[in-house]
Amino acid sequence: MKKLLVAGALAAVVGSAQAFCGFYVGKADANLFNEASQVIVVRDGDKTVVSMLNDYKGDAKEFALVVPVPTVLQKGQINVGDKKTFDRLDAYSAPRLAEYYDPNPCDRRLYEMRSKDAAVAPMAAPVGSAAAKALGVTIEASYTVGEYDIVILSATQSDGLETWLKQSGYRIPANSAKALAPYIRQNMKFFVAKVNLAEQAKSGFTMLRPLQFAYESEKFMLPIRLGMANANGPQDLIAYMLTKNGRVETSNYRTVKLPANMDLPVFLKQGDEFRNFYKAMFGEQAKKEGYRAVFTEYFWDMGWCDPCAADPLSPEELRKAGVFWVGAPNNEVQPLPLPGQPQTRIMPPRPFPGGGAQPVMLTRLHVRYTPETFPEDLMFQETKDRQNFQTRYVLRHPAKVEPNACPEAKPYLESVIKRQENEAQQLATLTGGDINAIRKKLTLPPVPPQKPWWDGLWGNGAAK
Amino acid sequence: MDARIFQIGFQAILLAAGVLLRDFSLLPLQMGLALASAAATQSFWLRVFRLRGVGYLSPLITGFGLSLLLRADSLWLHPLVACLAISGKFLLRVNGKHVFNPANFGVGVALLALPGAWVSPGQWGNDLGIAVWLIGLGALVAQRARRNDASWLFLAIFLGLFAARLFQLSHSFERAWEIFCHQALNGALLLFAFFMISDPMTLPDRPVARRLHVGLVAVAAFAWQFLFYRPNGALWALLCLAPLVPIWDSIWPGKRHNWHGNRSLQNNVAAQGKIPG
Repeated sequence: MKKLLVAGALAAVVGSAQAFCGFYVGKADANLFNEASQVIVVRDGDKTVVSMLNDYKGDAKEFALVVPVPTVLQKGQINVGDKKTFDRLDAYSAPRLAEYYDPNPCDRRLYEMRSKDAAVAPMAAPVGSAAAKALGVTIEASYTVGEYDIVILSATQSDGLETWLKQSGYRIPANSAKALAPYIRQNMKFFVAKVNLAEQAKSGFTMLRPLQFAYESEKFMLPIRLGMANANGPQDLIAYMLTKNGRVETSNYRTVKLPANMDLPVFLKQGDEFRNFYKAMFGEQAKKEGYRAVFTEYFWDMGWCDPCAADPLSPEELRKAGVFWVGAPNNEVQPLPLPGQPQTRIMPPRPFPGGGAQPVMLTRLHVRYTPETFPEDLMFQETKDRQNFQTRYVLRHPAKVEPNACPEAKPYLESVIKRQENEAQQLATLTGGDINAIRKKLTLPPVPPQKPWWDGLWGNGAAK
Repeated sequence: MDARIFQIGFQAILLAAGVLLRDFSLLPLQMGLALASAAATQSFWLRVFRLRGVGYLSPLITGFGLSLLLRADSLWLHPLVACLAISGKFLLRVNGKHVFNPANFGVGVALLALPGAWVSPGQWGNDLGIAVWLIGLGALVAQRARRNDASWLFLAIFLGLFAARLFQLSHSFERAWEIFCHQALNGALLLFAFFMISDPMTLPDRPVARRLHVGLVAVAAFAWQFLFYRPNGALWALLCLAPLVPIWDSIWPGKRHNWHGNRSLQNNVAAQGKIPG
């Protein structure tokens, strides 16, 4: 028997007097809940393109995806995308480290800067279930798109879909019918997809690729509630919002910028230290906000970046992500003249034909939510805010200099020790980590033990 | 004592709480410029209309109101909007009564016409403590202004319609209750109810007309937000329906609110077709 489980955080948006919401069903093992779901939402006016990526790793034939959609989608409104699009957006907008080298105090030089990216874990794709007419459920359309068999259903009764899914052999979590009811009441259709194994074998893809939908709806939202039906602790969602005018924020929850742009100990450069730092920091900040806030990780005009964690997306890549206002591929688009040299400030020309008249703004939102703290689906608004923001952390490498090299050297080295202590404390505060463990990692001369204030008061040295 | 002094005090406390505890993306300079510009504009128009004994409480309230509501990615926006808001108060008048709540008018103009301006309806979060504080402080202000019926009526109708909508969508009771609380504890909504719609100068004078108008604002705000799925329903509803107030006042004339207790000044200015705010 196939098992229907609601996995991860789901995705999607909108409806005309109806909403577009989704949830993944499938054999969700525990580690699925630990991963972040990723979704790309492209929106201008009511036109919306949503791409959903799920990191389902089980047997393809066990997996299904159910997404409420505003209308019966035509075949042309559905597409199977490329996971690479997510990887590119992720790499481009990921929290990053910037490195600076102190000038030698004895030899004033220009400092150089380097940047390095570190990503947050991505996800994979969906599947479907279909066939069988049943109680109040109508099969409005059925398509095969890529490796997916897709049916679009309409349900007239609040439990119609549940019945249908049960009859089709899916074990539905106890409260998913209740969660579905409000969407059914809004007259939504249901998009149900499963993997067509023959098509998948033909395509040669072993991973499930992301599904994309294009539709119009006045609702600018993501239906996170459906995926909570059998939620198991906090879930993560990373949303890449691509718009024309400005930063996107949630209108029914607080949107908070993550602490960023501070100096941190240089050991973060080694191995997985930065990834671990970021994980711990995000966890600590989410906890601090009581899992009630949505975090902004990045906001920038995609025409440039500083520093660039990865090359900006080309117009072709943006179109693949669903950015419908960027020039069509046959418009002879100039590829970005970007050698992969992240050494210095990169300000490429806008990658859009026509003099950059149609900008693309990327807002990267990251939310860790629980059923208790996020009772409503996420509603969004596009603001007119154009102030760039990135989660960038700075490493400052001290100059290598002997204390006696010049008169400036000694005070400089003292200031470095002070600075490193501050960086360690900063790190401990951000991550809720143990300051002593951090000090140990800093291969610094240990902080000299503090003498008691009265030591030397009577001129006789240390106390007896 | 003038009830507006309480209002200014509470607005200042809320603003401080917001900036310190809630990471408002508001720069102190933006706030300072908003207040300074509001006061300067008031001074200018008082001179033009040769009004005396009016004072500067109103521009302070507008300056604080704009600081609480409006966000901008530039420094010039807050002072410009404050100037427009106060000027609107002096110039957009029908029978000596200004049509728009100045902060509401300023925010509307900024959102519609100015670059880099936005409102963050989610900025207060939904934490219980803040909501209770807002209610407590706001109720006091509204009470002293004797228009607290507007606050309660607005909340009752808006939240009542919302509850009905939840019921219609056949949410389970627990879910519906959680969602209802989430909306009812929205700081921006409570702020609007207690500090904006309760402004006695821009509501109809007759109690009956006032209730009708507040009811309309609540229905429009609900529809905007939950049937058309757009943010900031309350702000848009109040702004768009404000032109109806002079009509209600002509159908149901009533006793004009007077902050100053200075009847002769009020009547005198009213006779000239100007009423100071």
